[in-house]
Amino acid sequence: MRAGLCALLLLVVTLVNADEDVYPEVKVADPYIELHTGPGKGYPIVHVVDRGDFVEVIKRKTDWFKVRTAKGKIGWVSRMQMEKTLTPNGEVAEFVDAGLGDFSKRRWEMGLVGGTFNGAPVMTVYGAYALGANLSAEISASQVTGDFSSSDLVNFNLLSQPFSKWRYSPFFTLGLGQITTSPSVTLIQVEDSQDLIAHMGIGIKMYLTRRFIFRAEYKNYVGFTSNDDNKEFEEWKAGFAFFF
Amino acid sequence: MEGRLRVLFLTNILSGMCMLLVSSTAWSVGAETNSDDDESQQQVIQPQIERRTIDVDTIDTEDFEIAIFSGLYSAEDFGTNMVIGARVAYHVTESIFFEAAYAKTDTSETSYETLSGGAPLLSDSDRELTYYNASVGFNLLPGEAFIGKGWAFNTALYVIGGVGNTSFANDDRFTVNFGAGYRFLATDWLAIHLDVRNHIFDTDLFGEKTTNNLEFTGGFSIFF
Repeated sequence: MRAGLCALLLLVVTLVNADEDVYPEVKVADPYIELHTGPGKGYPIVHVVDRGDFVEVIKRKTDWFKVRTAKGKIGWVSRMQMEKTLTPNGEVAEFVDAGLGDFSKRRWEMGLVGGTFNGAPVMTVYGAYALGANLSAEISASQVTGDFSSSDLVNFNLLSQPFSKWRYSPFFTLGLGQITTSPSVTLIQVEDSQDLIAHMGIGIKMYLTRRFIFRAEYKNYVGFTSNDDNKEFEEWKAGFAFFF
Repeated sequence: MEGRLRVLFLTNILSGMCMLLVSSTAWSVGAETNSDDDESQQQVIQPQIERRTIDVDTIDTEDFEIAIFSGLYSAEDFGTNMVIGARVAYHVTESIFFEAAYAKTDTSETSYETLSGGAPLLSDSDRELTYYNASVGFNLLPGEAFIGKGWAFNTALYVIGGVGNTSFANDDRFTVNFGAGYRFLATDWLAIHLDVRNHIFDTDLFGEKTTNNLEFTGGFSIFF
């Protein structure tokens, strides 16, 4: 067991070392850049690289870049300082993240939203694919945890976003799904009920930063129950999503 | 006096003009030789100029973290048992991260069941507790830990809280969790975690009540 673990660790280490390739180089254009011991502004500065010197960019964590100087010193540099470095051609190195422009051009979107479904807590995970600039198809799975029953919902819907280039972009949804409700009884086994539901909704997406958006929506569901008595549900939700 | 000054002035002008003439011819000759040098040098230098642009996408980003953990989960009224689970985190900034977790634990008999010796309250399958949640974490105290003289490791004490669901006793319950953890980065990509969480949810097993379920776990995570 221990030998196996050691072998596995060795394999992982060799795999990681195997891809030691050439890292991109940038030239310091500011009077100097500061190398911190860790990827955060609080970590102490242990080295300074002067204007005109080159550094290799090894990796990135959030807004911090791990660099190696010509002398082999290693440290973390903030994105703000990296943005003022030059490529070997003398052009400004572009460490630009996804922006509002990418938001309107996104293809995939995934998110987690929570709220209330007829007064009971609901959690939803969803994925969306953009069919065009203003239209996307979504699939979502929700769990409603009420006091007397809990429900699972699966929904397919189309989402129309007429002003997809706006930072605050309103949308409308229309879809179909299925709701499975199981009563919260611990000691007796009761059959789950399964019904078809349709919904329409309205909401807003707000571009936050990088690849993140905030999403808030209202949906009105109609459940087609087997006993000819349609049920209506109201749902309010908000949450975060990222696009790529 | 005036005559001597005039002579001095004239000689100065003359010598100045001479110098200008000499230097300007010398400069033009120099320039010609320089341009010759340029051509020959350019040919030598040319192969060394590598047109390299920096492709930011090739820089390895390590903002995602995947973890497995194990520890103890104390289900209120149902004893303390081993819990095992997995987490995925995304680090948005140096301070904030999002995390999703899923874990599973068995629960034991209540004191009542043990003492009365009667029929168990729950079937074996209902006794299993699973939870999932989505949380937001904040690296409250980032820092460094030192081992001996030559080793320094990045660490962070974080606070975390979120919402999710607990499935227990054939029932799903909306659950709020909060707690704190310690992250010790052995390397840039491998971290050791210690976590303490409280999971709060309502249950109506013994009449409606709010339960506090403490969890203490340790685990490993890999950044990618």
